[in-house]
Amino acid sequence: MTITEVQDNIIEEFSLFDDWMDKYSLLIDLGKELAVIDPKYKVKDFLIEGCQSKVWLHPEFDGKLITFTADSDAIITRGIVALLIKVLSSRSPDEIIAADLYFIDKIGLRQNLSPTRSNGLLSMVRQMKLYAMAFNAKNK
Amino acid sequence: MKDIAEIRADFPILKRKVYGKPLVYFDNGATTQKPQCVIDTVDEVYKSYNGNIHRGVHFLSDMSSEAYEGAREKVRSFLNADKREEVVFTSGTTGSINGIAFSFGERYIKPGDEIILSRLEHHANIVPWQMMCERKGAVLRVIPINDKGEIILEEYHKLLSNKTRLVSVTQASNALGTVLPLKEVIDAAHSVNVPVLIDGAQGIQHGIVDVKAMDSDFYVFSGHKIYGPNGIGVLYGKEKWLSELPPFQGGGDMVDKVTFEKTTYNELPFKFEAGTMNYPAAIGLSSALDYVLKIGREDIASREKELLKYATGRLSAIKDLKIFGASDRKISTISFHIKDIHQYDIGMILDKMGIAVRTGTHCAQPVMDYYGIDGTVRASLCFYNTIEEIGLLAEGIEKVKSMFA
Repeated sequence: MTITEVQDNIIEEFSLFDDWMDKYSLLIDLGKELAVIDPKYKVKDFLIEGCQSKVWLHPEFDGKLITFTADSDAIITRGIVALLIKVLSSRSPDEIIAADLYFIDKIGLRQNLSPTRSNGLLSMVRQMKLYAMAFNAKNK
Repeated sequence: MKDIAEIRADFPILKRKVYGKPLVYFDNGATTQKPQCVIDTVDEVYKSYNGNIHRGVHFLSDMSSEAYEGAREKVRSFLNADKREEVVFTSGTTGSINGIAFSFGERYIKPGDEIILSRLEHHANIVPWQMMCERKGAVLRVIPINDKGEIILEEYHKLLSNKTRLVSVTQASNALGTVLPLKEVIDAAHSVNVPVLIDGAQGIQHGIVDVKAMDSDFYVFSGHKIYGPNGIGVLYGKEKWLSELPPFQGGGDMVDKVTFEKTTYNELPFKFEAGTMNYPAAIGLSSALDYVLKIGREDIASREKELLKYATGRLSAIKDLKIFGASDRKISTISFHIKDIHQYDIGMILDKMGIAVRTGTHCAQPVMDYYGIDGTVRASLCFYNTIEEIGLLAEGIEKVKSMFA
């Protein structure tokens, strides 16, 4: 699936729920299902520090695609990380750099998880793109 | 005292809904909501008599100046200070402490001198002193706390020495709710001729504050935490200190005579009020203090005591919920953890139920470090909250637990 297709699927899944509690239940479920990160990557080097919850993000580049694994100490944040991984993991650096993440707005996460909420959503996206740029530069 | 329905009707925002649910506002420690009279007062300043204070010859300027000085007198009597010269308006608690830390440092502090704070301070009563200490080569000493979240007075007595220049402590902990034994703290400092600053950010709104009875040398608070507008605060200082201290900001209105060679300063309190002050907010604060007096400070305190007692009982009954801060003397603030659920997750879900709480370190990281935690959920209640709202919080927490189970 392309980045666009994955995003459209997420938007459809969230559109099934009108109630905010249900949307958050979905995020919690996604958070619980997120594949575990290798504990050796849960260290300061891979920490994206937000004010409220911690996020660890690790990139693995095989020369073609970047695979992200991640974790957070808060489950809702894990749910958000899970969404970003669905969209951006196992993609080429170019795809990641060019990705327009419109699903965040469409499922109403941006207004609920604005930068002042310090949830780290924007830092996570920025960090994923930075890794992609770094691998791209290394490849050339 | 007015009944609770009448009180709540005074605060327009309490009628609103969030996410389709009635608002339950339990973040009063961060900022309080405003009664209609305060909103009307500020509105009235801009609508009918706005003019810059202390400098115009015209009608509006006179009227604004008079209302602003009236607000100063209101604060004086609210604090039971001796003189209006002892009441300086600032931007808030943070502004007041930064100002005093700067001026006091300039006037009195030498390398090796010591300032005593407590472990319960929020960052506003830590960082300004740290900055001053760095500048002057002075040292911060910290009064430790016990597991109940109370300062250990014996340790405080040991810290007081001939190197101590000032003690600066909070009236009540914003993170745990503990009320400090101010009389003991102040008397001990005075017995060795050390002045004391009381940070009233979490104290002024919860009962009677009498600076003369407590004999504090400085007392600071923010208007927005006592139902007044944002952007206004108070620095009370005994006249003998304020006249000795140099100004912490330069500008218009604080001067007597200015030449490029030398400037002489205006008299108290204007020496500390440089530039255009936030007079509409000061006038609004005056209205807020009137409102608090009308409700009655004893009544506010006793109502909040009841709310605290009920909330502590309801929340303690929840399995796996742990309350931090177990002092017998607390403001109506409850900080808690639920086993295996991150405070951020709890706060996010409560928010979707219309319940506003604060999560995180509450700008008091040293307190969190003491307990070895990285944050709590804090419900800070005040007199306009209700028993029913506490019930909603308790039910909300049970719902959260079931969602994350």
